[in-house]
Amino acid sequence: MALTRKPEAKPAAASWGMGARDVPWEYAAAPESTDHIRIEREYGLFIDNQFAPARPKATFEVINPATEEVLSRVARASKADVNRAVSAARRAHDTVWSRMPGSERAKYLYRIARIMQERSREFAVVETMNSGKPIKESRDVDVPLAAAHFFYYAGWADKLEYAFPNRRPTSLGVAAQIIPWNFPLLMLAWKIAPALACGNTVILKPASTTPLTAYLFADVVRQAELPPGVVNIITGPGEIGMELVRHPQVDKVAFTGSTAVGKLIARAVAGTHKKVTLELGGKAANIVFDDAPLDQAIEGIINGIYFNQGEVCCAGSRLFVQESVYEPLLDKLKDRLSTLRVGDPLDKNTDVGAINSAGQLAKIAELVDSGIAEGAEIFQPDCVLPDKGFFFRPTLFTGVSQSHRIAQEEIFGPVLSVLTFRTPEEAVEKANNTPYGLSAGVWTEKGSRIFKMVSAMKAGVVWANTFNRFDPTSPFGGYKESGYGREGGLHGLAAYTRLDGAA
Amino acid sequence: MAVPRRSTARRPTATRPRARQTRPTVLDTRPAAPLAIRGGAASAEERLGVRKTYKLFIGGAFPRTESGRAYVVRDAQGAMLANACRGTRKDIRDAVRVARKAQPEWAAKTASNRSQILYRIAEMMEGRRDQFVAEVRAAEGVGPQRARRLVDAAIDRWVWYAGWADKFPQILGNVNPVSGSYFNFSIPEPTGVVGIVAAEESSLLGLVSRLAPVIVSGNTAVVLASESRPLPAITLAEVIATSDVPGGVVNIITGLRRELVPHLAAHMDVNALDGFGLDPTTVAAVEEAATDNVKRFVRPPTGGLNGYDWLSAAAQSPYVIGEFIEIKTVWHPIGA
Repeated sequence: MALTRKPEAKPAAASWGMGARDVPWEYAAAPESTDHIRIEREYGLFIDNQFAPARPKATFEVINPATEEVLSRVARASKADVNRAVSAARRAHDTVWSRMPGSERAKYLYRIARIMQERSREFAVVETMNSGKPIKESRDVDVPLAAAHFFYYAGWADKLEYAFPNRRPTSLGVAAQIIPWNFPLLMLAWKIAPALACGNTVILKPASTTPLTAYLFADVVRQAELPPGVVNIITGPGEIGMELVRHPQVDKVAFTGSTAVGKLIARAVAGTHKKVTLELGGKAANIVFDDAPLDQAIEGIINGIYFNQGEVCCAGSRLFVQESVYEPLLDKLKDRLSTLRVGDPLDKNTDVGAINSAGQLAKIAELVDSGIAEGAEIFQPDCVLPDKGFFFRPTLFTGVSQSHRIAQEEIFGPVLSVLTFRTPEEAVEKANNTPYGLSAGVWTEKGSRIFKMVSAMKAGVVWANTFNRFDPTSPFGGYKESGYGREGGLHGLAAYTRLDGAA
Repeated sequence: MAVPRRSTARRPTATRPRARQTRPTVLDTRPAAPLAIRGGAASAEERLGVRKTYKLFIGGAFPRTESGRAYVVRDAQGAMLANACRGTRKDIRDAVRVARKAQPEWAAKTASNRSQILYRIAEMMEGRRDQFVAEVRAAEGVGPQRARRLVDAAIDRWVWYAGWADKFPQILGNVNPVSGSYFNFSIPEPTGVVGIVAAEESSLLGLVSRLAPVIVSGNTAVVLASESRPLPAITLAEVIATSDVPGGVVNIITGLRRELVPHLAAHMDVNALDGFGLDPTTVAAVEEAATDNVKRFVRPPTGGLNGYDWLSAAAQSPYVIGEFIEIKTVWHPIGA
C-alpha cells in the first residue's frame, strides 16, 4: 500500500560526516518499505474463524499515529457480538479443544509460531505503522518474542502434568483476554499461547487503537487451520471489554492495562467463579550505585525509559543515582539523550517513534507540565519533531522529589525522573515508596549488593546490570497494585489451569 | 550419639501411646463443662475453678479489645462457655500495624529457622492436647474421638507445613533458560500481610489449615477467628506465644464477622485476603472491598465449606502456600 511519508525534518546530509568535521553527522533516511504490506480497508470481527461485520454493523477508524492517516476501519462489536464470540469459544472448548490430546494442541501452536516467523516482516511493518513504535523494535523484539512465546508454550501443551507435581491440570474453559496498545502483538502472544496450551479457548480484545496485528494474527490462525472458535478476536470500546469480562460463560479473565481499569475488572468478577490475572501499571526504580559500570548503566537507563517511547508498564521511569556519581552520570545521560533519533517509526535508524495516540500524548504533556509546575528541572534534547503525528521529545527531570506527581504517577511516555540517594537503605526505602511493584533495576559491580537489593525490591521482575529484557521462559508480573499472576515461563501456565484434581 | 537403650515401655515420651486413646480420661467424663469454668464449688471441699479470660492476640500480647465490648460464646447445647472479645476496626488496624512491622524480620529468618518454629508450634500443641480436645468438643459439639482426631490433625498439619518451609521454594521456584546471555531465576517471596477469615465451623483445624501455609513462607497474618467458636483460636494463640514465633507474626481477633470482615477486606495495608472461610453469600461484597489495593483474594470452595473435609489430604497442599506468595524474577548478564 502507498504510504505518504512525510519529509525528513532536516535534509539528510550525504557526507556521512566523513572528512567534514564542521558538518553535523547525519543519517540518511532508511525507511522500511511498505509495498509488500496489505492492510484491508475494513476488518470484521473474527469469530469461528470467519471475519464478519459487527451486528448491527458499526466500525471505527484505525490510524497511523506517526502520520495521522487512516490505515483501516475495524468492526465495533455489540453486546450481541460478545455473546456470539463467547458461544463460539464455549463450543470449541467443550467439544474440541479441551478434549484434544495435548500433543495435538502442541502441533497447532508450533504451526502458529512457524507461520509468524515466516510472516515476520509483514507483522513488524504493520505493528510499527499501527502503534508508532520504531521498526527496529518491532522487528527485533516484538515479533520474534511473540513467535518464541508460541513456540515455548507449544511444548508445554502435552507436558502439563510435569509442571504441577501431584496434580492433573485441566483447562479452565473460555478465557476473556484484554490487552493494551503498547505491545499489541507481543501481549496477544503472552495471552493466547499459554491459554491455548492449557486447553482453553479465547476471546481476545485488542486495544482500540492497535487492532491490526491481531487481525493479521487471525489470518495466521486460519492458515494454521485451528478448529473454529478456538481463537476469537473482537474489537470495540472499553464497555465491550467489560461485557466480555461480565459474561457468565467466561471462566477466566486476563487483563493487561492500567491499574484503574484493573480494579474495575477485579470488581466486576468479584464473587464469581472466574479466575483472574492482572498485569497493571508500574513506576519502576532504576538504581545506580557509585561502583556501577557507568557507560553500561547509561545504555540501561536509556533502554529502560526510552524503549518503545517509554510506553512500557515496566519502564525504568524513576532513576535513583548515588550522590557521588550523580554529576558524571547526568552529563553522560544528557549526552546520550541528545543522540537519540526521534521520528519516523518506519526508519530503521529511529530510536524513539510516535506516541500511540493523541490522548496519550496529551496525558504525557500534562504530567510533564506538572513536573515543571512542581519545580523540577526539565531537560530535553534539541531535536526536531515531525510536523504531523504524535511525537514527544525524550525528556528528563532533575531536582525531582518523592512527592512530585512525576515521581508517583505512571506517565507511560519518554519521561525520566532523576532522584538521588546516599545509602543502599535509602535507595530501598525510596524505590519501594510506591503502590506499584512491577519491576526494578540495580546497577553495581558488587555481587553481594546485587542480591541484597534484589531481595529488598518489592517488584516482580528485577533486572541487575541490565533492563527491559523479556523471554518466554521468564515469568513477568507485579507485586502490590501492579497486579497478580504471572505471564511467561512455568508460572504463566498456572494462570490457565485448574489444579483441583490430584494426579 | 550413644544413648543408653531403655525398654520402650518405660521410656517417658512426649507423645501419648495409641492405647490411651481408648481409655476414658477425666475430660471424657465431663462433656459439657470440660474446663470447669462454669458454676461454683459444689461443696466446701471442692476447689473453685480459676476461669480463663479470653482476649485478643496482637503483637505477641493478649490485650482486651480497645472497645471493652464482649459477646457470649456458647457450646453446641447453648450453654455459656465464656465471654469473648468483640473486636473492632481499631483492633484490626492495630493488628495490621504490628503485622506489617513484624513481616520483614519474619521473612528474613532462614527457611530452616521458620521450619523449626512451626514445628515448635506442633510440639507446644501436643503438650496441651487435652485442653484443645476439650475446647474443640465444647465448641463444635463433637464426640471425644472426633475431637481428638481434629486436634491431632491440627498438630500434624503444623508438622507438615513446617517441613515445607525450606522446600516449597524448590518446588515453586525455577531457573529459566532464557535465549540470551543472562542468568535468570524465579523465586517465591511472601506477599506481605495476609488477612485470614477462618472457617466458622472448624474452630481449630480449619484455622490451622489456612494459617500455617500463610506464615510458613514469611507472611504475617491477621486472623478473624470463628465468630461462634472462637475459644480454641485464642488457646492456639497461647501456644503460638510460647513457640518462638515473633510477636506480630500471628494476630488473632475475635468478634462479629459483619463488624470485622469489611474492614479487614478494605484495609489498604493488607496484601492478600484468604476468604476460604467466608460464607458464600458474602463473597462478592468482600472480594469487591478487597479490590481497592489489588489484594490477592482466595475464594471459598464452590458451595462453601459445608461438608468440606478438613481431615482429608486435599486440605493441605504446597499450592495453598502458592496462593500467598509473589514470584520474583531476576535477570543478570553473563559475561566477563
